[in-house]
Amino acid sequence: MATAPVVNRRDFLKKSAAGGAALVIGFRFSPNAFADQAAEQEKKTPNPFDAWVRITPDNRVTLILGKSEMGQGIMTALPMILAEELCVDWKQVKVQQAPTNPKIYDLGTGGSGSVAGSWLPLRRAGAAAREMLIAAAAQKWEVSPDTCKAASGQVVHGNPKRYLAYGELVEAAAKLPIPNLNTVALKNSDDFTLVGHDTRRFEVRDKVTGAAKFGIDSRVPGMLFAVVARCPVFGGKVASFEATKAKAVPGVRDVIQFETSGRGASTTGGIAVLADNSWAAIQGRKALAVKWDEGPAAKESSADLHKQFLANAAKPGKVVRNDGDADSALASSPKKIEAAYEFPFAPHACMEPMNCTVHIRPDGAEAWVPTQAPQWAQGVIAEAAKLPPEKVIVHTTLMGGGFGRRYQADFVMEAAQVAAKAAGKPVMVLWTREDDMQHDFYRPASYHKLQGALDANGSLAAWKHFQTSTSIAAKWSEKGAEDSGLGEFGTGATVPYVTPNIRIEYTLAESSVPRAWWRSVEHSTSGFVMESFIDELAAATGQDPLAFRLKLIGTDRKIPRFGEAPNSPPLDTARLKGVLQLAAEKAGWGKPLPKGQGRGIATFFSFNSYTAAVAEVSVKDGAVRVHRLVYAVDCGRPINPDGIRAQVESAAIYGLSAALHDAITISGGRVEQSNFNDYEMPRMSETPKTEVHVVMSKEEPTGIGEPGLPVVAPAMCNAIFAATGKRIRRLPIRAEDLA
Amino acid sequence: MAISFTLNGKPESVDVSPDMPLLWVLRDTLNMTGTKFGCGMALCGACTVHINGEATRSCITAISSVAGKKVTTIEGLSADGSHPVQQAWMEEDVPQCGYCQSGQIMSAVALLSKKPNPTDSDIDDFMMGNICRCGTYQRIRKAIHRAASMQAGKANSAA
Repeated sequence: MATAPVVNRRDFLKKSAAGGAALVIGFRFSPNAFADQAAEQEKKTPNPFDAWVRITPDNRVTLILGKSEMGQGIMTALPMILAEELCVDWKQVKVQQAPTNPKIYDLGTGGSGSVAGSWLPLRRAGAAAREMLIAAAAQKWEVSPDTCKAASGQVVHGNPKRYLAYGELVEAAAKLPIPNLNTVALKNSDDFTLVGHDTRRFEVRDKVTGAAKFGIDSRVPGMLFAVVARCPVFGGKVASFEATKAKAVPGVRDVIQFETSGRGASTTGGIAVLADNSWAAIQGRKALAVKWDEGPAAKESSADLHKQFLANAAKPGKVVRNDGDADSALASSPKKIEAAYEFPFAPHACMEPMNCTVHIRPDGAEAWVPTQAPQWAQGVIAEAAKLPPEKVIVHTTLMGGGFGRRYQADFVMEAAQVAAKAAGKPVMVLWTREDDMQHDFYRPASYHKLQGALDANGSLAAWKHFQTSTSIAAKWSEKGAEDSGLGEFGTGATVPYVTPNIRIEYTLAESSVPRAWWRSVEHSTSGFVMESFIDELAAATGQDPLAFRLKLIGTDRKIPRFGEAPNSPPLDTARLKGVLQLAAEKAGWGKPLPKGQGRGIATFFSFNSYTAAVAEVSVKDGAVRVHRLVYAVDCGRPINPDGIRAQVESAAIYGLSAALHDAITISGGRVEQSNFNDYEMPRMSETPKTEVHVVMSKEEPTGIGEPGLPVVAPAMCNAIFAATGKRIRRLPIRAEDLA
Repeated sequence: MAISFTLNGKPESVDVSPDMPLLWVLRDTLNMTGTKFGCGMALCGACTVHINGEATRSCITAISSVAGKKVTTIEGLSADGSHPVQQAWMEEDVPQCGYCQSGQIMSAVALLSKKPNPTDSDIDDFMMGNICRCGTYQRIRKAIHRAASMQAGKANSAA
């Protein structure tokens, strides 16, 4: 069994931040990233009053957020964990963004890993601070700490009770020895008053008054606003340019040519137009005359990629997994089903277009960056500014969406390169919507061939999954072409349906189009393919899709994650069946629907969380309408249940966006779409009534920003089949596939 | 030449290129960043403000066309988030990333001024031009209904 060596995001960041060449062998999120993160965080034992908790003598409590807020609610969930152990009232709490200090914080935010990775470290930090405050009170009162308790930001002792507020204790407490974080007493979960309770988003008021500051809202005295002319063809370069007219546009201050390369940058620099305001910069760019050296990618197209997919699929791929003998079982089976599925590139389309503000001075640099990877940003800016990373202050701002796009450093590198040539002026490099749509790192395009064999009892005799795709790993690594494979399946390689014969094959498809992590990454395609195909198998043998799944998942057991480290959390079939049954029950599975409507179901395990969805759909005049979505999710112990519901509601619409309307297509080596007129987003009128049922589990908390996504499109398309008998095997849905 | 208009109830005057869109005047000239840039083509609604009470996409509205008019931005809705629509937004915990919400709220306020008790289909029609990439549409719908009840309650108690 050949398994790609796993390099997780944090290791990658360390290498990148250190300025070393990012020689990464297979770049993907390890399923263990959260456990690694926790282990890494636990090695760091700073005084909690330096790192996580700030209390002032007037009793104001500020909790430090070591992750980036992009809408996923981490600015609420993580401080809730700290506040719970610290025993402070939520109303007392303020939240502040952590600085880039790798000695204390692991700031990278992605892989739905923040809550899972922070749960234990933050509990321990909060508990340590609480114990130190109790010890300080006990010293003052000259009593044993065991006789004191903490509650609502105070230490309490005796009968009649006496109180000391944290603000009165903090100075003494911070000087006491730090308890051993591995043994510090954690709260009994039965006593939780905050964790597990619906809590309103911390920054909600700022987000309804316009006061919230996103990266694009950064304003620094003397700053210039810049937009960049980039080659529309991936990998292309500036051949020559003429800037006289651009410089004549009122408000334009300068026109600068710059280069970027490496670190996964999808552009090779370009021409920056710097102006007093964004509008003047945009007008100046329109007035530029640039000749591009388009390079070899100029011949690429989506049509050719499709041909490449078909050619690849006609030959065997590299074996990723082989249990038993699927080919023989398929050959000898009385009932064989085969289906092919195809996906295009998909854009992140964050509502806040990419932007980054950098100020480089001789003695240091400062930057305002809406980023999921502040440490990487720091390294990239340091390199451009020719400064040591510690001389670069990165302010992590709120993000108007991230979805994986803002893990990239391309937009940071560009801004840093421009700022380095801007004579000490602070510069914001702003991307227009067109820039953002056409220079994204897209969800890979892929093509899948599924084959299944059913024996006489309707059991699964063989499961074969061939995939060819423009892999993420190949984009990111010199050796990616050799190593990509498993990472393109994710938990799709851990088949929960019982069968003795499993074969998974992969062939890399060549493309110059940049790819990276799109919300739920490879699971968006794995989930669709597997849950569509299992539905096809159920239909082929006339079995109920829910009963068929439950039967094939089989007994309660823990399935080790295929191809991952032995300590990776396994797939717990009881929890998978649990969400399937819960979603089905809440949706009224089997009950009659209005005429013309169909019901479909799907389930998936990703980011160590279990999700299932039931969709109710009708099709009229070639248009699909999703009337209702019923979700069940088990992401371990819920921290903020309403935050979980919000994330799943969100992932559902995000998943629908790539299933209902448009694709990113390539012609002449460039993206054909440009804005929300030719890449349509779901709107209010298309929003189904969505219910999210959260399992109140006591297992360790796991991810929820992404796991809601993989089930929505297959549930919808299985419902389309139930309503119309039409199988949707390529996304987005086309009218001709419904006819 | 200076262009004068009323911004959130106060007189304002700017000396900028007459074809500069109101969006950029607000954001870059006046540093009022609550109004957001999303598409630049009136396709997403993130830049929605009110001009003489009408919901308007500021990204395609030349500043010259605003002369003498009354402009209200998210910052002008209330100083402290006390407007019923903002209250309802907080009650339903609508925002996720929050970037589109200034525009969503400005559209919702305009809708409610025309239809104090909108149906779901009224909401679908009026809010059609506002994209939310986080997909908070269901909560926006609930919040609009909630704001409608809050405003009706206020109207009743005032009567």
